[in-house]
Amino acid sequence: MNKLIAKLKSFTLWELLIGMKLTGRYFFSKKMTIQFPEEKTPTSPRFRGLHALRRYPNGEERCIACKLCEAVCPALAITIEAQPRDDGSRRTTIYEIDLFKCIYCGFCEESCPVDSIVETTIKNYHFTKRGDNIMNKQELLAVGDKFEQRIAQEKADDAKFR
Amino acid sequence: MADIQNYTINFGPQHPAAHGVLRLILEMDGEVIERADPHIGLLHRATEKLVENKPFNQSIGYMDRLDYVSMMCNEHAYVLAMEKLLGVTPPIRAQYIRVMFDEITRVLNHLLWLGAHALDVGAMTVFLYCFREREDLLDCYEAVSGARMHATYYRPGGVYRDLPDCMPQYQASRWHNEKATASLNENRQGSLLDFIEDFSNRFPTLVDEYETLLTDNRIWKQRTVDIGIVSPERAKALGFTGAMLRGSGVAWDLRKKQPYAVYDKMDFDIPVGKTGDCYDRYVVRVEEMRQANRIIKQCIAWLRENPGPVMLNNHKIVPPSRVEMKSDMESLIHHFKLFTEGFCIPEGEAYAAVEHPKGEFGIYLVSDGANKPYRLKIRAPGFVHLSALDEMVRGHMLADVVTILSSQDIVFGEVDR
Repeated sequence: MNKLIAKLKSFTLWELLIGMKLTGRYFFSKKMTIQFPEEKTPTSPRFRGLHALRRYPNGEERCIACKLCEAVCPALAITIEAQPRDDGSRRTTIYEIDLFKCIYCGFCEESCPVDSIVETTIKNYHFTKRGDNIMNKQELLAVGDKFEQRIAQEKADDAKFR
Repeated sequence: MADIQNYTINFGPQHPAAHGVLRLILEMDGEVIERADPHIGLLHRATEKLVENKPFNQSIGYMDRLDYVSMMCNEHAYVLAMEKLLGVTPPIRAQYIRVMFDEITRVLNHLLWLGAHALDVGAMTVFLYCFREREDLLDCYEAVSGARMHATYYRPGGVYRDLPDCMPQYQASRWHNEKATASLNENRQGSLLDFIEDFSNRFPTLVDEYETLLTDNRIWKQRTVDIGIVSPERAKALGFTGAMLRGSGVAWDLRKKQPYAVYDKMDFDIPVGKTGDCYDRYVVRVEEMRQANRIIKQCIAWLRENPGPVMLNNHKIVPPSRVEMKSDMESLIHHFKLFTEGFCIPEGEAYAAVEHPKGEFGIYLVSDGANKPYRLKIRAPGFVHLSALDEMVRGHMLADVVTILSSQDIVFGEVDR
């Protein structure tokens, strides 16, 4: 009897029909597609995207040029040069991140003792010219200024885990 | 009589079925393979040499990039080797998190493998379905580590951060109204553990679906049954591990034979094949996904019950928490010391191996007491499997090369290192 059923199933292309039934069901079911530019997949507050340099609420830049991020960067993507400023405080004169070298491991953010360099959740960005991949201090600070509220919120969300 | 010569064709390195950058020189007699000569090294990045020039922790990110479809398992082997030399054991909660993410990684890897294998053989749909599930698991990766692939999450002495207690949500748009968004967000209401649990409850049905499409399908069987047979004796002699060895009928699994982390507390079975052909390897891997799902469930149950630290409190190895670092001078000194110089590992050597989704992935670490490895050797399962390709494809047809190659689950990140 079993043999007969097996023969019958084989003859009627049973397993192919079962497969078609499955794909047919998905063909008519609701699609899971996310229409990218208009809608985005959810991003975790821990996401490691574009870098930013932050400022204190009084407008003073946080970075004190301790160069921990430069030391810890596995890809050697960060370049820092520092000098005392006119008021005697130590600040960076050059702070550059090469985004082509960066492997987005997040160690710079982990190492920063003053929460200055952070990796934001910004993941859609592009360069139009050669050399744009190297972000200098002004660009990094600009990203930080623009998204400060969002960055502060994300870091606060994750603070208890660090 | 005309002088008949063998025909040589060049397969890859830009062939979509070459799984990356394999260049294969095939000596053919008509459609039949006489000899296959894999040329590797097109993705060589000198990882072993690179890590000799960096403090130990900085190389964790490079481990992700070895086998770039099973990231956290690679990290696990490296971290285990370091912990062995340091003589430390991470907190039990960290070990459970590691096991859970190792198994999530296994599912991720096998889903990609299944999709790519089916695509190589000629079935498009499975690929789409597999990637749909991978999306959820990559969200877990992102939620916990901040990166969808290259996690850099495991650290010597534990894992970097505990599991988050909320998941990011979809936002309504003109494509999805409030109601549709709410249904998209349904499994994202609770913590990460709830999200993974929801996945692990759905997953067995989804595996059934892949099996509906493939397991009994006559075209699939014609393409895989009795293709690339490796006997158990040959499999052992060739140094096979993982699903390649189990497909040949040898019940060898490091998770059972030399348990690391908390695998000795887990309840799971090792599936083994019978004939050692491509079909058996397929069946074994599908069953492994189900078993991995079982382990994930056990980990979730334990992790819910037992909160606790996920990192050691030993500030000679592990940097202090940010609050401590900002309020305590000694912690700040530790912080600076660890992020510039790193830690030193006592002189000695250690070999740590994990049951990677592809086989035995081992890290052999030699330390001369400095803050970087003296030498690091990576034992990549894919390399061993690829070197048996010639033996496996001899006498088969050209189209079978693709089937056999993808049934080996080759990833060139680890083969070329």
